Amino acid sequence: MLVIVASLLQPFSSAWQHLFDTVLQDYITNSLLLMAGVGAGTLILGVSAAWLTAMCEFPGRKILSWAFLLPMAMPAYIIAYTYTGILDFSGPIQTALREAYGWQFGDYYFPEIRSLGGAICMLSLVLYPYVYMLVRVAFLEQSTAVLEASRSLGKKPWQTLFLVALPMARPAIVAGVSLALMETLADYGTVAYFGVSSFTTGIFRTWYGLGELTTAAQLCAFLMLFVFALIMAERWSRQRLRFHHHSAQKKMARLQLNGWRSMLAMSIGSLIVFLGFVLPAAQLSIWASTGWQEKLNAEFLRLLFNSFSLAAIAAVCCLLVAVFLAYTKRVFASRIELGAVAVASLGYAVPGTVIAVGVLIPVAWLDNQIDFLSTTWFDYPTGLLISGTIGLLVFAYLVRFLSVALNTVDSGLTAIKPSIDESARSLGATPSRVLRRIHLPILRTSLLTALLLVFVEVLKELPTTLILRPFNFNTLAVRTYELASDERLMDAALPALAIVIIGLLPVLLITKSILNEPFSNE
Amino acid sequence: MAIRTLFFSALLMLIAPMYSVAADEVNVYSARQESLIKPLLDRFTEQTGAKVNLVTGKGDALLTRLKSEGMNSPADVLLTVDAGRLYRAQEANVLQAVESDDLNRLIPSHLRSADNQWYGLSVRARVMVFAKDRVEANQLSTYEALAESQWKGKICVRSSSNIYNQSLVAGMIASQGMLQTEAWLKEFVANFARPPAGGDRDQIKAVASGQCDVAVVNSYYLGGMLLSDDQAQQTAANQVALFWPNQKDRGTHINISGAGITQSAKNIELAQQLIAFLASDESQEWYAERNNEFPVREPVKVSAVLESWGPFVADKLNVSELGRNNAAAIMAMDRAGWK
Repeated sequence: MLVIVASLLQPFSSAWQHLFDTVLQDYITNSLLLMAGVGAGTLILGVSAAWLTAMCEFPGRKILSWAFLLPMAMPAYIIAYTYTGILDFSGPIQTALREAYGWQFGDYYFPEIRSLGGAICMLSLVLYPYVYMLVRVAFLEQSTAVLEASRSLGKKPWQTLFLVALPMARPAIVAGVSLALMETLADYGTVAYFGVSSFTTGIFRTWYGLGELTTAAQLCAFLMLFVFALIMAERWSRQRLRFHHHSAQKKMARLQLNGWRSMLAMSIGSLIVFLGFVLPAAQLSIWASTGWQEKLNAEFLRLLFNSFSLAAIAAVCCLLVAVFLAYTKRVFASRIELGAVAVASLGYAVPGTVIAVGVLIPVAWLDNQIDFLSTTWFDYPTGLLISGTIGLLVFAYLVRFLSVALNTVDSGLTAIKPSIDESARSLGATPSRVLRRIHLPILRTSLLTALLLVFVEVLKELPTTLILRPFNFNTLAVRTYELASDERLMDAALPALAIVIIGLLPVLLITKSILNEPFSNE
Repeated sequence: MAIRTLFFSALLMLIAPMYSVAADEVNVYSARQESLIKPLLDRFTEQTGAKVNLVTGKGDALLTRLKSEGMNSPADVLLTVDAGRLYRAQEANVLQAVESDDLNRLIPSHLRSADNQWYGLSVRARVMVFAKDRVEANQLSTYEALAESQWKGKICVRSSSNIYNQSLVAGMIASQGMLQTEAWLKEFVANFARPPAGGDRDQIKAVASGQCDVAVVNSYYLGGMLLSDDQAQQTAANQVALFWPNQKDRGTHINISGAGITQSAKNIELAQQLIAFLASDESQEWYAERNNEFPVREPVKVSAVLESWGPFVADKLNVSELGRNNAAAIMAMDRAGWK
């Protein structure tokens, strides 16, 4: 991180003048529009999904409550490829339309999928589960007394939603949407494929194309400053608000939807899942269906194993560090700590390649210093000890995905009253005992959610893996990317599908306990 | 106890480097993706018994890794898929010159660096494809002519972020000069049928379905579509034809994939052997067969698809020039509004 910020101290090269004159404005406008669009999209999709499954009762609710998580397993650039295959000018839908009505190019209007709007749709479809997951938990943990008070005072359910439930769920909504937005800023694959020149594509263009690593790092530093300002502004705006509640929890009766309302709920829910998961997965399966027998060999199993174990190790490491940080912040809630936590969460908004380089350069330097010292003192060259190991890779994931885990754990922790801590401490419990005996059991849901999020993220992660991995070490994401970047989508479909399926495993295993409603077994 | 053992073995696994510097091993950083290089490396291992360790990635990322690892880098060979990156590696001082009569004989001089720091291993041509039913081959001539007003709203090409478009323009700057190139770019960009998006195959599909009449693409994508398992891709590819631009003057723009030996190489001899193997007839035929790329020298047998496109005159410009002019090309494309 410091490597990137330090770049600001270096002189600004003439490349800046060029960027400023030509493309910078485009980059900024597009990125802001993209953020606004994805923010609105994930907010609407995520909150409605959470509200439907947490607060209402209708046929199919149980199935939908885990099905809403499915799109999370779909890497954004993969969904972009599949939708392009379906909706493009030369795709089946437009071709069928042309044949049916005898149209030619230019005779009719059809939304162009490869555009800013298309990118917003794609990213919203795969990123809304972050909002859904966190907000749903928040809804379920909300004090029923407050909600009932609102209803008994004559407020309609939707008024209760907007006046009470949503404001109370604010930390979770903010956490979810900011995760989605950071992922949007870091996204390269989707926007590059759709030809949207965003800030991120600009960073790479400056680095790869102009060969200006310093200018690229400076662009990146500005991106981080921007995100940092956003995070701080949000924290500042709610610094005086407290979101924990005081009433004992009891199961609240869900709002029973009947007739057309339940039909509407069902169709909205299934439409989201259909667009975010079923349709692209079906397209992938069709592509993968040719010749999968010969591709499913021992080497492929090796890929599965690598991807799975890497994701699992990284998820556990991330969770441990996140709990440590979130807890430190709670116990010693000083401003410095708050700042440090905010800084640690910046990693997520930075494109993976940049994180990777930021990790690579200082570590390689350290390695070379160790080698130098060891050679001069003991006449024993150590070579590069850390560079090119899996350990370094896991460390880079930690830098990149810590905020995912941290945001989740943090928003869970915010919902626990400090007075509980205080009573426990006054009864003589040490902070670590408070953590183990009181917080961890209450936080179980948040912790599992964090674990799941990081696992799926690492599974899909590409750029960091690509640059930092050891020799002869491949993952599913690497394989998918290599084939897809060569525009061999048919061949890329099988590993892509495997990512989705492995990503589903923990979704299915953990959802049961994440979705376990409090006190539901009456 | 068991948990402790497990913990320590996990820790060991995390920090154990996954390579060694044994005498009969060679380590490769490759921007050429695994499926397009591994089979050849395996063949090399079969023939020589030397193990080849491989990391693939994007050219600039690998270069950054190489630079920061310095003299301790495990890499012996750097493979890239365009001349610009090789040029950049040369500028960054991470490659070393090798004196090898073998390599100099196998690879023509305009496809390698002047001081033998790197060697081209396969040739990629940037060609035009046109809609058979709407365009006659004799309407096409040169890249330069695509700026004419008859092509208004008829041209598809991908984003200027793509390295092959950058090289195309860099080559034009080298042969025509900056002023002419800029003027050409303005007119050319004004002829686009749509804002650039998607990859080269998408441009070919757009020509096939009538969205535009001519596209500028790398020839191997057309080859890949013709040989695809996907019926739709085959159909699209058969609706278009390939045109070799600039046959009467400087020749069709080409780029190379190529390799160089790193400064940090521990096993220079074996690394040289590997590069010579990649330039051998056997490997050259494989590039043609597997990925529809052209061999670096004449007499090598090419695949049926390449055969069907006939012989062509390639630009003899030294490919180093592409790297040298890359940044200038991007700036010019930015100014012309090529997204």
